[in-house]
Amino acid sequence: MTARRGIRVFSLGYLAVILIAPVALIFWRAFEHGLHPFWLAISNPTAVHALKLTLEVAIVAVPANTVFGILCALAIVRHRIPGMGLVNAFVDLPLALSPVVVGLALYLLYGRGGWFGGLPFHVLFALPSMVLATIFVSLPFVVREVVPVLREIGTQQEEAAATLGSSALTTFRRITLPAIRWAVAYGVVLTMARSLGEFGAVSIVSGGIAGRTQVLTQYVQASYENFDQTGAYAASVLLAALAIVTLLAMTVVRHGDRSA
Amino acid sequence: MSAQAVELPRRRSLGTPTIGSGLALGYISVIVLIPLAALVAKGAAGGWHHFWQVAWNPEARAALELTFMLAGGVVAINAVTGTALAWTLVRDDFPGKRVVNAIIDLPFALPTIVAGLTLLALYGPTGGVGVNVAYTRWGVLMALLFVTLPFVVRTVQPTLLELDREMEEAAASLGAGRFTTFRRIIFPHVLPALLSGVALAFARAIGEFGAVILIAGNLPFKTEVASLYVFEHINSDDPSGASALAVLMLVVSLVVLLGIGALRRLATRHDR
Repeated sequence: MTARRGIRVFSLGYLAVILIAPVALIFWRAFEHGLHPFWLAISNPTAVHALKLTLEVAIVAVPANTVFGILCALAIVRHRIPGMGLVNAFVDLPLALSPVVVGLALYLLYGRGGWFGGLPFHVLFALPSMVLATIFVSLPFVVREVVPVLREIGTQQEEAAATLGSSALTTFRRITLPAIRWAVAYGVVLTMARSLGEFGAVSIVSGGIAGRTQVLTQYVQASYENFDQTGAYAASVLLAALAIVTLLAMTVVRHGDRSA
Repeated sequence: MSAQAVELPRRRSLGTPTIGSGLALGYISVIVLIPLAALVAKGAAGGWHHFWQVAWNPEARAALELTFMLAGGVVAINAVTGTALAWTLVRDDFPGKRVVNAIIDLPFALPTIVAGLTLLALYGPTGGVGVNVAYTRWGVLMALLFVTLPFVVRTVQPTLLELDREMEEAAASLGAGRFTTFRRIIFPHVLPALLSGVALAFARAIGEFGAVILIAGNLPFKTEVASLYVFEHINSDDPSGASALAVLMLVVSLVVLLGIGALRRLATRHDR
């Protein structure tokens, strides 16, 4: 029993030192002088703009990765056309790739002298490149959740529906979608969390101009580097609160999946 | 004839595969493949000799060495602490266990820049706990440990859950000590999961940027890891220098992914 207690103290102590104590401290720091300084810091125009821009990016990136994530999963599991192996191999890559590499790749592609550098509208240092960077880094989540479920349910029910004369779309809506809905929900929660919190890839392509192309994570960095600790802590607490909501949503979705 | 009768509804049930798959392929190409191709093209633009000249200058080499050293430390520490945490969550019982289990995922959900800031708040110059890890390699290591914490726990935990507790008890009743039980029963069972967990942590540690930028500052040769090198060289308008190192990082990521894929195939073959 002493060995068990030893392992418990060791592992929970590690968790407390690396994770719990630091996160708890910024909540305390943000609110140590009451709600008013927090509110002042979070309601200044630059912070509000950064929050709005963060949400705008997520509002495009999350639905795009949901729809195409389901399509990619279907393509990987069901359809063997040439090139599908490539999709399968590269869909996990954003999980293992540095966001800086992602940012640089987009910077080179859409920048001066890049292959797509001559587009008639601004991509780099503007919303489109920030959305593209966010989509890149949050691409795998829906796919990875949906693929195993599709493998598990097989094609029998879909084939039966088709034999009974249902169209492809109806089959998808009535048979496939209900079966994968919890996996999709879980993937969407993860995609959302990653989109709201992305920093590296976005900060390379956005330029990070305060009040124009600065998302909330970049606002945290800029505030800290300009010695505005209150502003940095306040924005961090807002992002951390979103992360905790994400954790709760993950638990709820996991629970729903089990009871389904 | 009969084979055709069976095949027909199947093909229809799959709808219009070429359109769906084509869209998926197009999406992956536009989002992932074309940008990465542009990066590789830039890296290769000056030929092999130029590539090595840029990627192997003293500052880049120092950054790479530091990055691999830290990633190695991250792998070693996570292998021990991650397995211990997974074991505690599966075999032990204590008040608040469900909350702890949920908190493990926090680094996945928390923005990396916030992770770095929280560490600086506690272990930085104004933390008040008597240490200052700002602008040190220890600080960078801590940041990497923060963001990689869930990987090993979440890969090892399910395999521990499925390992029969009776096996451990049988080993103990046959006279095996705790260490022997761990070495002979638990460790071989969790090894494939442990390896893919540390591989993911390794890849993450090689590329991490947001969590380390505030802690590392901008100190070449001291705290500058590969991702910071790339970032600084983009900012100082040296895209070819940045590209050379970025291509090397891309190769490392691909190798790690291939390794994990091979591990997974090995594990499933073993099950059969």
